[in-house]
Amino acid sequence: MAAVKQTALYKRHLEINGNMVPFAGFLLPSYYTSINQEHAAVRKKAGLFDVGHMGEFIVSGNDSSAFMQKMTVNDVLSLSTGQAQYSAMCYENGGLVDDLLIYKRDESYLLVVNAANLEKDLQWLDDHVEGQVSINNISDATNLIALQGPKARKILQPLIDSDLTDLPIYHFMDGQVSDSRAMIARTGYTGELGYEIYAHPQYIVKIWDAIMKSGSEYGIKPAGLGSRDTLRMEMKYALYGNDIDETTNPIEAGLGWIVKLGKGHFLGKDALREAKDNLSRRLICLEMTERAIPRTGCRILMDDEVVGHITSGTMSPSLQKGIGIGYVNIPFSKTGTAVKVDIRGKQKSAEIVKAPFYEHGSLLE
Amino acid sequence: MNIPEKLFYTVEHEWVDFHQDEVTIGITDYAQSQLGDVIFVEFPKVGDIFSAGDPFGEIEAVKTVSDLYAPVSGTVIAVNEIIENEPESVNSDPYGKGWLIKVQCSSPEEKPDLLSSAAYEELVS
Repeated sequence: MAAVKQTALYKRHLEINGNMVPFAGFLLPSYYTSINQEHAAVRKKAGLFDVGHMGEFIVSGNDSSAFMQKMTVNDVLSLSTGQAQYSAMCYENGGLVDDLLIYKRDESYLLVVNAANLEKDLQWLDDHVEGQVSINNISDATNLIALQGPKARKILQPLIDSDLTDLPIYHFMDGQVSDSRAMIARTGYTGELGYEIYAHPQYIVKIWDAIMKSGSEYGIKPAGLGSRDTLRMEMKYALYGNDIDETTNPIEAGLGWIVKLGKGHFLGKDALREAKDNLSRRLICLEMTERAIPRTGCRILMDDEVVGHITSGTMSPSLQKGIGIGYVNIPFSKTGTAVKVDIRGKQKSAEIVKAPFYEHGSLLE
Repeated sequence: MNIPEKLFYTVEHEWVDFHQDEVTIGITDYAQSQLGDVIFVEFPKVGDIFSAGDPFGEIEAVKTVSDLYAPVSGTVIAVNEIIENEPESVNSDPYGKGWLIKVQCSSPEEKPDLLSSAAYEELVS
């Protein structure tokens, strides 16, 4: 087994009492002071996450656009330089290889993939190369931190030269953060206004420190994986390995909006067209109507009959209720449907609700 | 990591405080740090009888849920109702305000089976 890796920020995490846990082959903080406090900081002020475990590939070469078009479900040809896109790679049967972010650069694409899938994704891409395409895994030379929260722009602006109000959502730019070279992207996984900053590991500690310093007057907190998970769940952002995997397709996962069936051939297209016409289950949101917290794997019941299962669940710090994401068979999946969740042998009442759970995010501010 | 010397411990990360036959039970500082923010505790009823090792309730945190096991045999004589409204006291004061239940111990001779603070410290270090 491979040794557990550390990000360049490992020492910082220890200094500020990070509760370090192994995650996707890395030791990362699950929280520093408390998941609830860090969650609240991101919703109301700002939080800074080390997401250095994520994998980064550069896809370049004369045929890279055609290759990306074949490998991913969204339409990369619609991207201008400086734009980002949420997308996915699928097997021929429509199951998900991974979900990913694609950043369109002048001569190449930057792909950001889930750490746990890095080797699998790299192999999958390599196996399908056609024409003049090169794929470089730059994960070890790239670190990523995410500044998220309504105060994010105010905190980051003093550290860079360009005007951040000129950077729309899902766009990025190359620049300097606190005199260190970085790529600044207006992307995130929390539902709040935020920036993801990609930089070489040698610069990342300096950038982290500069952001924490700039953010102190705004109430910034370092935030761990625990709140990253509760924040994304409140937005119904899918997590690979929980809500989506090789046995689920993007249509049933509610990701039909990234699947561009009209764009020409891509891997999984036929299966996804078929899935669209024959949907048997859907990824839904449910809120517990009594005090209980659904957890991954809990069965969803209707009149004692199993109609689905929970793929992610938590206590929602914003709503102060148990919330869950899960697959439910189509006849039972309508918003407003009352269901039961089997939580360790006890049937607890829940209601299917529309996404997202949290509707007041600063994402578009 | 706070591990008071006067208490006894279990491998399930509970602490036990003996006042003759009456014992107070809670979870350790290590346990609360591993659980993270506690949201609620499912308590037994006063009068319930348990043998040492029986599950007597559940403690639910944001990210996880964990069974609670009776460290000694006996009858539940009190549950900490403060936790209903202030579950965070399990995190902030696990040996004080965040205690869980009090039990009338039916076999105080079980005490030697519990861990000393030194043995518990070795377990979690």
